[in-house]
Amino acid sequence: MKKTSLALLGIDIGSTTAKVVLEQNGVITYQCYERHFSQVRSKTLEILSRLKELIGDAPVKVAISGSAGLGLAAAAELPFVQEVFATGETVRHLQPDTNVVVELGGEDAKVIFFDGGTDERMNGSCAGGTGAFIDQMATLLDLSVEEMDRLSLEAERVYPIASRCGVFAKTDIQPLLNQGAAKADIAASIFRAVVNQTIAGLAQGRRITGKVMFLGGPLSFNMGLRKQFLHVLKLEPENAIFPDYARVSVALGAAIYASSLQETYTYSELIDRISSATAAGTNTVTLEPLFYSEEEYNAFAARHAKATLPERDPAQYSGDAYLGIDCGSTTTKLLLMSEGKEILYTYYSSNKGNPVHIVKEQLEAIYALCGERIRIRGTAVTGYGEELIRHAFHLDHGLVETMAHFTAAKHFNPDVDFILDIGGQDIKCFQIKNGAIDSIMLNEACSSGCGSFIETFARGLGYEAAEFARLGLFAKAPVDLGSRCTVFMNSSVKQAQKDGATVGDISAGLSVSVVKNAIYKVIRAGSADELGKNIVVQGGTFHSDAVLRSFERELGRPVIRPAIAGLMGALGAAIYAQKNADIASSVLSAEELQSFQHTSKATVCHGCTNRCNITVNTFADGGRYISGNKCEKGAGLRPSENPLPNLHAFKRERLEQLVPTEGTRGLTIGLPLALGMYELGVFWYTLFCELGFGVRLSGFSSRKLYAKGQYSIPSDTACYPAKIMHGHIEALIEAGVDAIFYPCLTRNVDEGVSDNHYNCPVVAYYPEVLEHNMDSLAGVKFLYPYVTVNAERQLAREIHATLQDAFGPIDLGSVKQAVRAAGRAYARHMASLREEGERAVRYATEQKKRLMVLCGRPYHIDPEIGHGIDKLATSLGFVVVTEDAVAHLASHPVRPKVLNQWTYHARLYNAARFVTEQKNAELVQLVSFGCGIDAITTDEVRELLEAGGKLYTQIKIDEITNLGAVTIRLRSLLGALEQQEKEGV
Amino acid sequence: MEDRILFTKQMKKDYTILLPNMLPMHFKIMSAALQTYGYKTVLLENDGHDVIECGLKYTHNDTCYPALLVIGQFIDALQSGRYDLNKTAVMMTQTGGGCRASNYIALIRKALKKAGFPQVPVISLNVAGLEKNPGFRITLGLGKRILYGVYYGDLLMSLVNQCRPYEITPGATQAMADKWVARLTAEVGSKKPISYRSVRKNYAAILQDFDRNLPRTAARKVRVGIVGEIFVKFAPIGNNHLEDFLVGEGAETVMAGLQDFLMYTVNTAVVDYRLYGMKRGKAAVMRFAYNFLHKKQLDFIRLYKENSSFTPPTDFERTRAAIEGYISEGVQMGEGWLLTAEMLELIESGVKNVVCTQPFGCLPNHIVGKGMMKVIREHHPGVNLVAIDYDSSASRINQENRLKLMLAGANRVMAEEEAGAYPLAK
Repeated sequence: MKKTSLALLGIDIGSTTAKVVLEQNGVITYQCYERHFSQVRSKTLEILSRLKELIGDAPVKVAISGSAGLGLAAAAELPFVQEVFATGETVRHLQPDTNVVVELGGEDAKVIFFDGGTDERMNGSCAGGTGAFIDQMATLLDLSVEEMDRLSLEAERVYPIASRCGVFAKTDIQPLLNQGAAKADIAASIFRAVVNQTIAGLAQGRRITGKVMFLGGPLSFNMGLRKQFLHVLKLEPENAIFPDYARVSVALGAAIYASSLQETYTYSELIDRISSATAAGTNTVTLEPLFYSEEEYNAFAARHAKATLPERDPAQYSGDAYLGIDCGSTTTKLLLMSEGKEILYTYYSSNKGNPVHIVKEQLEAIYALCGERIRIRGTAVTGYGEELIRHAFHLDHGLVETMAHFTAAKHFNPDVDFILDIGGQDIKCFQIKNGAIDSIMLNEACSSGCGSFIETFARGLGYEAAEFARLGLFAKAPVDLGSRCTVFMNSSVKQAQKDGATVGDISAGLSVSVVKNAIYKVIRAGSADELGKNIVVQGGTFHSDAVLRSFERELGRPVIRPAIAGLMGALGAAIYAQKNADIASSVLSAEELQSFQHTSKATVCHGCTNRCNITVNTFADGGRYISGNKCEKGAGLRPSENPLPNLHAFKRERLEQLVPTEGTRGLTIGLPLALGMYELGVFWYTLFCELGFGVRLSGFSSRKLYAKGQYSIPSDTACYPAKIMHGHIEALIEAGVDAIFYPCLTRNVDEGVSDNHYNCPVVAYYPEVLEHNMDSLAGVKFLYPYVTVNAERQLAREIHATLQDAFGPIDLGSVKQAVRAAGRAYARHMASLREEGERAVRYATEQKKRLMVLCGRPYHIDPEIGHGIDKLATSLGFVVVTEDAVAHLASHPVRPKVLNQWTYHARLYNAARFVTEQKNAELVQLVSFGCGIDAITTDEVRELLEAGGKLYTQIKIDEITNLGAVTIRLRSLLGALEQQEKEGV
Repeated sequence: MEDRILFTKQMKKDYTILLPNMLPMHFKIMSAALQTYGYKTVLLENDGHDVIECGLKYTHNDTCYPALLVIGQFIDALQSGRYDLNKTAVMMTQTGGGCRASNYIALIRKALKKAGFPQVPVISLNVAGLEKNPGFRITLGLGKRILYGVYYGDLLMSLVNQCRPYEITPGATQAMADKWVARLTAEVGSKKPISYRSVRKNYAAILQDFDRNLPRTAARKVRVGIVGEIFVKFAPIGNNHLEDFLVGEGAETVMAGLQDFLMYTVNTAVVDYRLYGMKRGKAAVMRFAYNFLHKKQLDFIRLYKENSSFTPPTDFERTRAAIEGYISEGVQMGEGWLLTAEMLELIESGVKNVVCTQPFGCLPNHIVGKGMMKVIREHHPGVNLVAIDYDSSASRINQENRLKLMLAGANRVMAEEEAGAYPLAK
């Protein structure tokens, strides 16, 4: 064949893969899809070398595309075409009747709408990772991507997994794994999360309908992912196109685009340009090396080598022993300790998705080791899997992680005043004053998974964690990878790799990032002095000398890292077991272990409206353990008549009393029960009832309700309470109301205790978003006047005008009356809240109960938004009140350092003051993810509480909340309080 | 709020006041205005990695990126050793309102304390009567000079935007702008009284100078509008030098000036009175101020037309009217309705590509930015809107890739309009 006809070459280099398409005479003569492991240039050259024969001396038109192609094209001075644009080219040429394209790549997700002008979209910064996300999740499940895909097709159910980003998803998956949920179900759930993320993050209110084409690597390989897309989008098979060029569609588009260019190159010109292409400038910021010399490292290593515990050969020991197990989110640790606190045996390994199995194996190993000489006299377990493991193996004790770590650190250094633990999933730190835990800081979802991220990342590059860390020690130019979260870090790593960073540079950079995340995001410390003098660091992540060095460097002072840093939880548990030991341990014996069997089954609890996803674990001895439940009902206990006052429940009951009414006008107004309606529901309900309208509230939220409105959410990073509003509107429309009312309230109720009384921008103006993004509102009147609730006459005039516009003439006088009645109803409502608050406080004092101000915003009492945390608190023995029920009990209004701008937040500050003035009261602040204003209030509330000698606890909540983590937080609080009392602080 | 360090009259005499840098040209002239009135101001020009590091270290990392940057700039400067720590103050604007930006002042104070500079007074620059300091007062004369700084800055910014992509000698535009900034700084910074007449004269001279003495090509370029949260919209440090990037990619940038934001702010009280019947007296004063500012703007538009071939700024009344059918003027937190209005105004005046810049997690932008994009796209098929998040950890390559996507689409449309052929993408 004569090879002089024009060749069209499309090269697409994405974040993880390289794709090349060669077209000659209108025929694709070569295509490939391969991972490039960040070796962008050499991989490209390698692929091109295969084309030498095919191209021969034909002139070549070429275009490069893809996020990694961008730099290459610029350096080689070759034409570049943006990848989404290239995809559009492919579709316009090959399948012009396509309405929508969904393309998932390694790190980017894209949606292109073709109707009414091309509308091309890429995911925002937060949703980074689709292909990469799937890879990471597979690693988490200890499966290959292919295995995960195959398993997903066998799923029986789908768990809700946060689709906001990879970090959140991981936070949801870990506990599912630890609870023993089936991997098949989790696999399907992961794919479902990808679908939800694509819809919420990219479609942003525009529906994906018509003929939909699916492109990109993940969608062409994963049948399970395809299945979920078809299911969620409700696509008929004939409208879903999975072309055979799906994997290389961008490269193909680049080739098509190349055809329109003028320049041609010969094969050798092309190779020359690419091989001589050196990255022009880099975007990467580099940091100081961790160590400049071997000597420096040796001194460092020698100093830390001193922090060890005595070991004893179990073969030489006979007597009692104590077993501590730390079943963490990603790893399981065991430690067997002698009566004299010598280490007899330790174990540290990844969970591999099945901690029960690992503990069983280890117990067997330990029994073999002990023989007749050593008797296990006490056992205790801590960590995420505490309950599961305790039930499975009949261990004596369970204790909350923070207590276990503190116990261990204290054994190590009795003067310890600060402990930092970086584990696989969580970062925990606590300050010790007067021998008791004084404050506890735990990371929120965004900082999750830093520790395991390093490990997963190392494995992805083919290194063991230890080796990877070693490479970082002497790296010349560690890269700055930012500290927001692992998703952001992941894309920074990719960028650094493209700029030529070595594995060592990245390893060191990751260590610094993890440390910075801990110091600046979790601890929020400005200087070392804020931490303490005797700092103990622990957790598996600190096994890495690179992380340890980064921490000491960032802090500017030496710290103690026990040689058993990763086993401190287990050590604490063992010491606890010894302290509380009985005559013998109830742990399963060697014989019992032989017949040990464990099965788990996922199901939905129908105990109450929460509809928790629960996992029922059954053991061979007939024992059962149920996890995932939010209250004791799900645990198979009798529905308890919990007598403890709970203001959250009280407020919900009040709202439930606002039952749908018929009215006399034959017109029904719907009120969406979300955001500000939680505060003013009773006001608007009364107002419209008085005027003779039928009134209907949309009721409490649920996952299902959220899903109903998910397609129309324009900004995925808004808070969950706002996003759920879309579902409430849909529900009201389905209920057939004539109009929906949710006013724009720049200012909230003026309670006279703050500088101003604004609402936050989202509560105030969300109706504007609903109006312009929810197509379904076209069929109903949506009333969202701008009003004030602080001036009766003005309000009456506005409401009158609004109603007149919507429904024709209405009497102004009666509107005035209705407004007055509404005001009275609201005042009565608030008075009853305060009264109930006072009653609860009295009750707690008289009954010697602890009082928890579980505060946040009025809408946090919603069972879906608040995730039933109030019930969890009462089950732990707290009397629960809300901020608006006790704020008035503060001796005098707080004048915070910040501008006291918002009504809801002024209540928070005053409730915090009340807590500092009430001996048995504690405060737990619920914060919705994405609430910008709480970045200000949390610091302020924390300061108020700490100045008053109280512990501050913050719980970040979102779409999904890992209740396991919340339980740990609340139990840590309880543990710290009990210990403080014991120490007489 | 009671225990803050006041900026006393004595301090005015011997304290150096650090100013953050949002708009290099504007702030330089405004700084000169302050100096005329006896304040020893220094406009900070530190940028880059250390500033961000300082910000991350001393502020809640979920705070808005602009706050983090401003605080980072202050603390980085205070740590540099260049200033006498017992004779230095910092100054920041404060708008009030329901956006958390109204709390920047308090956040700066907290950060300074945390960083070990509790003695440094923080001066609030506001017209809302929020925080007062005995040693700092905006007199009528000073206010006027600051306002002239806004006007000159807006003019120069608009001309640089219109000339730089077309300049024949690279750097010629900036050189001319620098020349004028120096001249205006000297003028505003001198004790000599400044009349509005002399401002008009300068306006005309600047317009003519740019138009006549700056050789430009007649090439057709893609025009890209920039709207967004005020700091990341304007400050190169906040948006990874967005303007430079876009110009480098062969585009012309279009953005409304600072005076639009000023008029928006002044208008707030007028709207409060109209919608909620609040503070009638304040509304009347603000309406007067609004009319004053608006009249000036109309005058400038006239000067543009009389003295040059440049596109004048859009009449703010037209910008205000653009939101009809989209969003209410009641949306007043942050940039509020103005952000939506600017997107619409750009589109109406033929700029079909708009970048909406926002700090990661900016609350008002959920409503006025991303929240309005669907309906704007529906009413204006073919417009190219892209929202870009800015944050200390957001990767630049991802931002640039999204901008490239927008430019690719824009170039296709332009090419189709011209000849039906594809241009060579850069």
